[in-house]
Amino acid sequence: MASKPIPQPSEASLPYWEACRSHELRIQRCLQCGSLIHYPKLRCPTDGSDQFEWALMSGLGAVHSFVIPRRAFHPGFKDEVPHVIAIVELDEGVRVLTNIVGADPADVRAGMRVTLEWDDNAGEYPLAKFKPIVGGHA
Amino acid sequence: MTLHRKAAVTGIGETKYSKGSGMSDRELQLQAVERAIADAGINRDEIDGIIPSPHGNGFTSEGFNEHLGLKRLAFSATVHFGGANGLTAMHAATMAVASGSARHVLVVAGRNGYSGTKISARPQLLQANFEATREFESPFGATVPMHFYALMAQRMMHLYGTTSRQLGMVAVTERAHALLNDNAIMQAPLSIEEHQQSRMLVDPLHLFDCCIESDGAAAYIVSAADAARDCRNTPTWVLGIAEGHPDSPSSIVTRSDTLRSGIGIAAPYALKMAGITPHDLQAAMLYDPFSFLVILQLEALGYCKTGEGGPFVESGGIALDGALPTNTHGGLLSQAHSVAGINHLCEAVRQLRGTAGKAQVDLSGPVVVTGNGDFGDGAVAVLSNS
Repeated sequence: MASKPIPQPSEASLPYWEACRSHELRIQRCLQCGSLIHYPKLRCPTDGSDQFEWALMSGLGAVHSFVIPRRAFHPGFKDEVPHVIAIVELDEGVRVLTNIVGADPADVRAGMRVTLEWDDNAGEYPLAKFKPIVGGHA
Repeated sequence: MTLHRKAAVTGIGETKYSKGSGMSDRELQLQAVERAIADAGINRDEIDGIIPSPHGNGFTSEGFNEHLGLKRLAFSATVHFGGANGLTAMHAATMAVASGSARHVLVVAGRNGYSGTKISARPQLLQANFEATREFESPFGATVPMHFYALMAQRMMHLYGTTSRQLGMVAVTERAHALLNDNAIMQAPLSIEEHQQSRMLVDPLHLFDCCIESDGAAAYIVSAADAARDCRNTPTWVLGIAEGHPDSPSSIVTRSDTLRSGIGIAAPYALKMAGITPHDLQAAMLYDPFSFLVILQLEALGYCKTGEGGPFVESGGIALDGALPTNTHGGLLSQAHSVAGINHLCEAVRQLRGTAGKAQVDLSGPVVVTGNGDFGDGAVAVLSNS
């Protein structure tokens, strides 16, 4: 089976991926103005600072938008389609690209509440995926 | 200084659009260039500025300089905004002739986007060129532009109740326009039922919501105001031109407003420079790699209120006899997609000259042209022959 694209950390993003190893979803935060920054950057887009911490997220959020590929455009996903690719807005306000797992794709809706579910089968770095909160609603 | 009426499009040229040109990218580009120069009615050595295309295997400005035997190349630049290049190049060309650095700037793009490196081979390019996509998006299966644009479409449908039928009416209307155009690739009629029954590629986008891939090239010449009056055709004046670049130009996912991209940012600047309001527009050539982007742009331009673009399209608003005839050549959905949107510009010029053939609309005012590149860099031009 063809392999999937795997994350290649950059000089700005390495702390994000290292946190994933410990099953912690940590997002870059500017120490000066406190704003959350995603994707990771070398300077804070708000104030230009280069001093950051890596803030632990709650892992809760809602589906902002989602799509269901019916065919694979990359051979690594041939056995996975149809699956759900989604933008999830974390409760902390940051949006991430992810998959919605543990649900029939036909049941996924924008606004649906979701919680973090680590995928440990993705290679060196676990991937932060999300599953619906049972009984959760928009 | 404003760029209002400082420059005009004086020549346009397109090759035959096809799925199998049998020619090299360079030969296609030279053909389009020769046609644009002939259309302008100038000698080729009067070209003193060039903006070549970074896509495909065509010429650099050095190559054109050599193969066209130019006498005095005074200006060259290359723009890197994908599908917005046709118009971001116009922005640069307009500045070059307005400043006096050049008099006739040639803009060209084109390649074998079907028989050569396919337009849809962009996944590999995304992997190589877009760091955020490679690192944070492709591991989840989002590897091609369609994935990200489908996320935009779904968001629009969620917020405004835009329907798949409304998306389909964009494709159906543009196909009807393509049937009037001998140089459009798609020549079979398309019904809304056929759109609805077409293969779902990335739900909510059907096959017919997505642009075609083609071979072909297109070129145009931007001339300084005084030089334009010496050309063969009535000049097409640049009334307004502007670029817009969203806060996360390389990612739709992390953009502060998922539905607001470069075209929406550029539009008010271009309209203000042109001295018009959206409702002064008489026709629109809107960059349409995916059907829903036409609806979104009608709103981004301020022509339709937010959320009302879908019903406007459904009620026939973008048809030849509608309030705003749109993509009267067939667009990227049904004419061709391999020239960075220069086919949209060529059609605007034809409409303004009154040479659009069976698709000609009765115009008394300006035409808007848009370009959208990669993940949301945009440009807007307002053109008029009066």
